[in-house]
This record gives sequence, structure tokens and C-alpha cells, in this order.
Amino acid sequence: MTILLSVQGVSKRFGGLQALTNVTFDLPQGQILGLIGPNGAGKTTLFNAINGVFPPEEGRILFREKDVTRAKPYEHAHLGMARTHQIVQPLNDLTVRENVMVGACFGHEQHPLTHAAKIADEVLEFVGLAAKAEQLAGSLNVTQKKRLEMARALAARPYLLLLDEVLAGLNPSEIDGMIQTILKIREKGITIIMIEHLMKAVMNVSDRIIVLDYGQQIAEGSPEEIAKNEKVIEAYLGDPKLAEQLLEEE
Amino acid sequence: MNAWKKHLGIVLPLLTVTALALWPVVTDNPANRESVFTILKAVALASSLNILLGYTGYVSFGHIVFYGFGGYVGIYLLTEKGWSLGEALLAGGVASGLLALLLGSAILRLRGAYFALATIGVNEAMRAFINNFELFGGPTGITLKFSVYKEYGGAAQALQTAFYIGAGLALLALILSYMVRSSKFGLGLLAIRENEDAAEVMGVVTPRAKTWAYVLSAIIPGMVGVLFFFKNGNVEPHDAFPLHSSIELLVMVMLGGQGTVFGPILGAFAYQGMRGYLVTSPVFKDIQLSVSGVLLLVIVLFIPAGAIGWLRHRIPPLRRLLA
Amino acid sequence: MQQLNLLLTSLPDGLLLGFVYGLAAMGLTLIWGVMNVINLSHGPIITLGMFSTFFIYTRLGLNPYIGVLPIALVGLLLGILIYTAAVHRVINGPHLSSLLATFSVNMIIIGLGTAALTTSPYNVDFSAGSFKLGNATILGTRIIAAIVTLAFTGGLYLFLYRTRPGKFIRAVANNRAAAELMGVPSTRILALSFGIGTMLAAVAGGLIATFFPFSILSGSGYELKSFVIGVLGGLGNPIGALFGGLILGILEGIIPAFIESSWVPVIEFVLFIFILLVRPSGLFGAKK
Repeated sequence: MTILLSVQGVSKRFGGLQALTNVTFDLPQGQILGLIGPNGAGKTTLFNAINGVFPPEEGRILFREKDVTRAKPYEHAHLGMARTHQIVQPLNDLTVRENVMVGACFGHEQHPLTHAAKIADEVLEFVGLAAKAEQLAGSLNVTQKKRLEMARALAARPYLLLLDEVLAGLNPSEIDGMIQTILKIREKGITIIMIEHLMKAVMNVSDRIIVLDYGQQIAEGSPEEIAKNEKVIEAYLGDPKLAEQLLEEE
Repeated sequence: MNAWKKHLGIVLPLLTVTALALWPVVTDNPANRESVFTILKAVALASSLNILLGYTGYVSFGHIVFYGFGGYVGIYLLTEKGWSLGEALLAGGVASGLLALLLGSAILRLRGAYFALATIGVNEAMRAFINNFELFGGPTGITLKFSVYKEYGGAAQALQTAFYIGAGLALLALILSYMVRSSKFGLGLLAIRENEDAAEVMGVVTPRAKTWAYVLSAIIPGMVGVLFFFKNGNVEPHDAFPLHSSIELLVMVMLGGQGTVFGPILGAFAYQGMRGYLVTSPVFKDIQLSVSGVLLLVIVLFIPAGAIGWLRHRIPPLRRLLA
Repeated sequence: MQQLNLLLTSLPDGLLLGFVYGLAAMGLTLIWGVMNVINLSHGPIITLGMFSTFFIYTRLGLNPYIGVLPIALVGLLLGILIYTAAVHRVINGPHLSSLLATFSVNMIIIGLGTAALTTSPYNVDFSAGSFKLGNATILGTRIIAAIVTLAFTGGLYLFLYRTRPGKFIRAVANNRAAAELMGVPSTRILALSFGIGTMLAAVAGGLIATFFPFSILSGSGYELKSFVIGVLGGLGNPIGALFGGLILGILEGIIPAFIESSWVPVIEFVLFIFILLVRPSGLFGAKK
């Protein structure tokens, strides 16, 4: 089993706030890793550390056996990492196709324009946005923008895809559609880390789950193990709704 | 899509500028030639600025520094070192490009208004420096020896030659602008304009892309500077680095529509045309600056996308034509 | 030794000048701090202050300092007018929009001013005495201007920290959305802030008129100085602007003792770019 990503003792501070403390895990190729935890637990911060937006103060991050701890976000992209944002960041005044072409042109495979346009059309078809290709990205609704984020990341044909709450704000049928898409992405051999609040979804699709609380890694294991873990239930008690959802899974 | 249709966006700009350049030739009128030269100069400068402002989204308030600096370098080489006009033009372009390369790697780290302020600072620092720089004649500047024009068939013929070169530079500027706009490099710039952080995450090497955009936007202004001061007969700090001209360029780009190839051409034409009318109009002559100000304010407040942006937005089929 | 003498004679002059520079920059930086707008109509407002003093002294024959309060009031109202007409619509737009909107106001004022007053120089030939301090001659006008500046700075500080609208201004500067949720009438507060900013610029102009000759175009030079000072003191920090002004005044007093005074602007603007690059929050600003 090849290790695609290795996070070793990563810590990150913002002023007085310890956002991440000694986070350590290995991610084998081809898996889906679920990253859960209450709001403010440091999940997005971990993404930002992994892809170089805010490099950690301590620890190392190895991606495909290369030390990328201090690399810039674009270097991560070139090496084969792609991500979506929790708060969608469409390039509003460009068309949907152009948005996706940016990923294909500048991401992992660095395609020339004409080839990038073909890839963009394929990817848009895949995420179900083909009909919107000529529209300006700013005119899409939130669901479509989330799909656009995903299409941009996929167009780079990355090894690793970081998905930050792609299900939030979607209605049940949209969630089902998105989960199908995620599973299809895995079939293509792309490794995924997904941050998710929807327990049911994350429990269903993940091979393994890591739980963060106040920047600490409080549990790690298969979905079944996590659902029974006392520390996890305790951490979620401050957030009754989520605790309920967890218990429902039981 | 055939090649002709694919490059439709360059057709209208090329036709417009060519027609403009031919007008004084056809009418054979030196007065027309002078006013068209002013417009062509504005087209070249505004189209260049558009690469940084319109495509990359960085507001340069001191872009005229490249015009002044390139102009000084070229005129110095022309008068003191006996270089030909062609060599001096190239040297002016190269000098401004190098200046942008040097500056860009430093000040392009600043974003938004901080970058705008820094460019004002650069222009003023350069003006003050040249004012003290003896090699370039300090506050009195450099005056061309009249004999220089002899090589170009006398002053009248030199003016004619300068006009053709000016038309060439304007065409060059819009071809460059179009090439950037329709390239992969240009797509990266547009991504930076829309959201620099997201662009970086998607793999755009933002520091490098921004610096090259800055360099490309500086070269032709440097050449235009050499040409203008050659035609003018002298160069001095006050004429080389006028901050208000920088801002006029911003107005032109915005008026026509930033981020489009045709916009700056239309903007340059409209702005210079309006100014020409106001300066000569008996009613507005004295308050032409105020009238321009009111018009600018109306545009900024009500049509911020500029004329071309507005048309593209309202009539989507025009998008390919008005690239 | 000669240099030291020169230094001692020019330093107090520069320092006192620095107060007024600071006052002008305070207006610019307040507006930036509250609404992230760089006011490019700052220069012409300074010029209007200068001409107000000219008319009060030369045409009406009154003591120029009688003009300070009316100039302040007119500056305040003018600023509120400019905000309402030109700035409010683009306050949330891209930077280019607010820059060009305020620049269009600049063009309007300069255009009308040029039509009415031409671009030839004017002079307020007023003296408030002078005294000797060592080798240096200290002009009364500069002392009074420094005192007026201190009074306005103190007043501004009290206003911002002790009064309700002042606290509202600080709240809007800190986080406009949150302030609105707390019930702060943000539009009125923004207009008021812009008004205070232009008021300070106008008063500074009124004071500078007693030092040097000026024309309708003089304001742009002081506007550029205000940018430099604003960055020195930290953009958005009005009290820092006073210190920034003093630093600039001292530099203008010291530098000519060593090299030709025409190098002063070179040094000023290089310093300006340098601080923007290494410490954009200013010498006195907290690191963000």
C-alpha cells in the first residue's frame, strides 16, 4: 500500500490560538479519509496547512515522498494536489468553462489551452454542469458553484483531492447526487480527504475517519470504530444536534 | 471553429486603428495628423495599461513612469550617444521593461490600494530622482539637437515618420493585448484578477505571472515615450512623469471597458475626442476639466464596466466580436 | 560646524511645519481607516482651505485665524456633500471605483478653481511676529499653526474616544457589518467621517496659506506628502499621522544640511515605498 500523503506532528498557531496540535496521520493511495469535528476544531486549518496556504510552524508534510511543508499553494497544485473551498470561490467574470480550464492549464498536468478546453468539457459533463459551460460563473447558484469548485479541482487530474464541506447547504437529492460523484471520483483512482458535517454521508463513503477537537486529533479509525468512540461522543456533546445524528447512526 | 471566427476579436480593433491611422494620410492634413497622433499615443498607452489593470486587476496609478523613464533613456542615447531612432526606441522599451521587472518583484506583493499608492510613490520618486540626475540634464532635461532631424529628412519629414511609427506602436500594443488576452498566460492573469488566492491554489504561479504582466505593460509605453519626446524635441521631468496623465489613462481604460481588447481603444478615442471638443468649445473651454470630472463621475457611478463591458453584458452575442 | 549651524536653524522650522503636515494627513488617514477609501480629492480641499484664508485676510481684512472655525465648518459640510454625491455608491466597489470617483471630484474642483482664480500664485502677506532661538528665527505663524494643530488633534481624540458619534466612527472603522448589526447608522457615520477628514484637510490648507505662496494647483504636492505621512504613521491611524507629519517635517529640516534640498522628495518617496513594502501598517501601527 503506497502512502500518498504523510502528515507528521503538524502544529499551527494563530496569535494566542493553538489551531492545530501535533496532528499525525498517513493516507494510503486510493482511500477516502473523512475529517470530522465540531466547528472551529481546525479542519479547514489542516487543509490550509496541507496545501500550503498557511504552512504549519512545526511538523512535516510529505506528499508522494516529497517534503512540501514550506511549498507554496501553486507548487502543491503542480505536484498533484487540488482542493475545493468551504466558501466557494468562483472566478465570477469568467465563464464556467474558463474556470475549469484554469485548473487544467495550471494544475497538475499543465495542459495548453485547446487541450484544457476539451478536459473542461469532459469534467463539466462528469459533474453535471455541461449545460452551463458558457455562462458566467457568478451567475450560478450555490449548488452549481460547489460543483464548479469540484470540476476545477478535477480538471487538474490530481492525485489527491481535498473536499471542504461540499455537501453543506445542499438538499437531500442534491446530497445523493454529490455522494455518487464522490464515489465515482474514487473509482478513477483519486485519493480524497473530505471535511464534512453530515455524519451519515461521511460515515458511508469514508474508508477511515479522523476526528479533530480544539486542534487535537482525538480519534482515528474506521467509521464503525469512530461511532462507538467515547471521546468522540463526548466532544460532540457540546453540539447536541450532531450528537443526536451520531446516535442515530447507531 | 475556423481560424477566422476564432480570431474575430482582433478584427474590429485592427480595423479601427488602421482606419484612424489612414485618415490624416487620406485627407493629407497636418492638423488632423497631430490630433490622430495624440489618439494613437493614448491607444498604445491605454492598451498597455489594460494588460495590468484590465486582465490582472492591479491598479497602477503611476504607469506613466514607464513612458517617462523609457523616453529619457531613449532620448539620452539618441542625443548623447548618437543612436538611431530605431535603436533608441528599442532601448527605451527594454529600459522600461527592465524597470518593471525590478519594481514588479517588489511592489506586486502589495494588493489593492496599497499597490496603487506604491505606484504613485514610484512615479514621484523617479521624477524627483531624474530632477537631480545630472546625466539626464537634471531639472532642465535633454534637448534634441535640431541636426538630429536631418537624418530623417528634416523636421517636417521626421514628424511624418514619427506618425507612422506611432501608428505602428498602437497596432503593436493592441496585438500584444490580444495575444495576452487569448493565451494561457492571459487566462492565468484573469484568474488572478478574479481571485488571487484561488488562482494560486489552482496552480497559477502568481508572483511570476504578475511580474510578466507588469513587464509587458511597460515596454510599449517606454517606446511611446521615446517617440513622443523625439517628436517634441526635448524631455524634462515635468513632462515625463505627469501623474494626472497616469490617471487619464485609467479613465480611458475604464471608459471603454477594462479587460477587453477593444475597450481601451474606444476609451482613448472617446476621451481624447471629448477633451479636444471641450478645450475648443467656447462654452466649456474654461471649465473643461470640471466637465470631464462630472462625466467621469457619472461613468464610475453608473456604468463601472465601461462601454464595452456594458454592451457585452447586455448583448451576449457581441461577446466574440468585442473581445 | 557649519552643517550643525544649518541644522539648528532649519530643524525648528521643519518640526513646526511637520505639525501642519500631520494635520492634513490626519484627514486622509481617517477616511482610509474608516472606509478604505484613498481620497484623491484631498489636495484640492487643502487648496480650498488656502484660498479661504486668502479671502478672509486679503479681501475681508480680518485676522486669518478668525477663519479657522468657518473653514472647518465649510470643510465638514463639503466632505459630507462629496461623500453623498460621489463616494457612497462605490463604497463597496473595487478600489479603482472609489479612487476614480474621488479623482473626478478633484478634477471638478480644480477645473472650477482654475476658471475662477487662474493658476497664478497667491500670497497671504500676514505676519504674527517672530523671535530668535539661538541662530534660528521662529515665525509666529508657525507657532500658532502648531498650536491650532494640537488643538484639533486633541479635539479629534476626545471626539473619537469620548463622544457617541466618535465611538460609532471607531466601531464602523473596526467592523462595519458588525456595527450595523448593533444599530449604528453606518451611512451617516461614513458621511460624518468623510466630512471630518476633509475638515482637517481644509484647516491645514488654511494654516499653510500663512507660510508659503500657493496656487490652485498647490494641493497636489501636499496630497502626496499626506500619502507619505499616512503610510509613515500607519494608514488609518489619525494620531499616528501627527507623528508621521513631525517625522517628515524633521526630515525636511535635516536633509538640506547634508545634501541639496532637491533630494528631499527622492528620499521621502523612497522611504514611502520602503515602508509600504516592509511595514504597511506604519511605524506606529500594530502588526496585523
